[in-house]
Amino acid sequence: MINKLVIENLKHRPLRTLLSIFAISIQVTMVLTLVGVSTGMLDEQARRARGIGADIIIRPPNSSAISNNGNMPAAIIPKIVDVEPHVAATAGVLIYPTGFLSYVTGVDLPQFNKLNGGFRYVQGGPFQGPDDVLVDTYYADQHKYHVGETVTEANRPWKLTGIYEPGMLARQVVPLATLQDLTSNRGNVSTIYVKLDDPARISEVIKHLEGKLPDYKVHAMQEYTELFSVNSVPMLREFTVVVIALGVLVGFLVVFLSMYTAVLERTREIGVLKALGASPGYILDILLRETLLLATAGALLGILLSYATQFTVNQVIHGSLIQAIVYVWWPITAGIALVGAALGAIYPGLKAARQDAIEALAYD
Amino acid sequence: MTDQPIISIRDLRKTYQAGEVDVHALRGVNLDVQRGEFVSIVGPSGSGKSTLFHIVGGLTPPTAGSIQLAGHDLLGLTDAQRTELRKTTVGFVFQKYNLLPTLTARDNIEIARHIAHKNGPPDPQFEEVLKLLGLTGRLDHKPRALSGGEQQRVAIARAIVNHPAILLADEPTGNLDTENSTAVLGLLRDLNQRLGQTILMITHNPEAAAYGHRIVRMRDGRIEDN
Repeated sequence: MINKLVIENLKHRPLRTLLSIFAISIQVTMVLTLVGVSTGMLDEQARRARGIGADIIIRPPNSSAISNNGNMPAAIIPKIVDVEPHVAATAGVLIYPTGFLSYVTGVDLPQFNKLNGGFRYVQGGPFQGPDDVLVDTYYADQHKYHVGETVTEANRPWKLTGIYEPGMLARQVVPLATLQDLTSNRGNVSTIYVKLDDPARISEVIKHLEGKLPDYKVHAMQEYTELFSVNSVPMLREFTVVVIALGVLVGFLVVFLSMYTAVLERTREIGVLKALGASPGYILDILLRETLLLATAGALLGILLSYATQFTVNQVIHGSLIQAIVYVWWPITAGIALVGAALGAIYPGLKAARQDAIEALAYD
Repeated sequence: MTDQPIISIRDLRKTYQAGEVDVHALRGVNLDVQRGEFVSIVGPSGSGKSTLFHIVGGLTPPTAGSIQLAGHDLLGLTDAQRTELRKTTVGFVFQKYNLLPTLTARDNIEIARHIAHKNGPPDPQFEEVLKLLGLTGRLDHKPRALSGGEQQRVAIARAIVNHPAILLADEPTGNLDTENSTAVLGLLRDLNQRLGQTILMITHNPEAAAYGHRIVRMRDGRIEDN
């Protein structure tokens, strides 16, 4: 019977109900999109790193696990890395950020090709000159680039000579020497990829390299790609917590206003229920069930909307962002919606439960 | 009727605090109502009849005096106990019907049973009451689709569905035209005569008051003629 009353109450004010559900869904979508983009981008980075075909990765001292900060002398490749037993191929790359989540990677193609056979081109081919650029199909689709066009990256024009299949290294690749000159990093690289003649020797080679390159970050590629998690990205975890807190706040405010208005509007009805013998707990139960229903509907709508944001992100700007659907966050965001809504319902609920029956019955 | 009154009120007093002023709404009311009696309470505005109605209905506690209602001493009841009393012992009919607008007539009656933890089907006798009230064909309509007279009949059905010891009616015909007033008053009298329902009715209307077995007149917080 209470459920029927709750549903009828919500149906009685359809606009308020729908707006409340929509507002709650926005916070759920907001969190799911943030987590989805973070996870999607990190998974994509890990996938591209694995696609390189290297067994070991070397990063400069003081670099964090997955950020592209810090450079190191490329000279360590011939002097230290290449001379290590079981090293079959090496390639140093320079990564230069060009914007938020966007960067150009400088590559020495002959070196890089030894790691994995090189890029698989769907249009055009390798660099013909120092001012050439290669992009993957995602990036080309998003920016509507075609081979032979002049494109602007890192604030200068480049000639697009090739478009390759995605899933390897980066979305935009330029000659290593050109990028080194352009960024005043002559002789430096950001990352060194190492391929061994025997993958069973990875631990042994890492141990040797760590001994020769103290303070450098030397990881097995498998171990390195496992570091691509939200916890490894500086400030991302904190940012997510802030977004969750905002979500709880939005849910609180939406439900508070909605329920407060509902309680004021239903003052006389609350008086009637009390005259019929409804206890404060019974009144509170009605309000909390309404809140629960709003929050649950909002969470479900929010999950559905996260598919809409995923579609938009992945179809429209898939060259820049990738959003994953992170199922494990569904119950978490639903919980966030419920907590915010429950907090918002406390005061209106208590106000209704404590309503004086005689005053409520006299309310017009 | 039996000799043991179902309502026994002695020197009942109620004082409200209105700002810094004490308002003496009841100044020593004495009243006995026998089981199965239909009593009309009349009096001008401010005479204390609504306050008496609220105290007898367990909506507010008295300040002093004694009031026995179907074996309950209302003076010593806690809020929770008065809530329990409203659930089981009294039924209310209001001037403005006070149906829940989002529920159908049937559900308005059903929710009173739900609040009283009666979740099975209504007893056969209540089906007869619905026929008597002329509601059988209107139960699936919401209040906005019912006339004033129909809404008040639903309110009466809701008030008696749990077989309260006493039915309290506060100006039950105050919002009705003459035809519907006569119908509602006739129904109250039928309920009293057929089911032995004890009724305490507040009214301004002398014609309505005449439906009761006796008329109690109030003035200035006291009963002046019983």
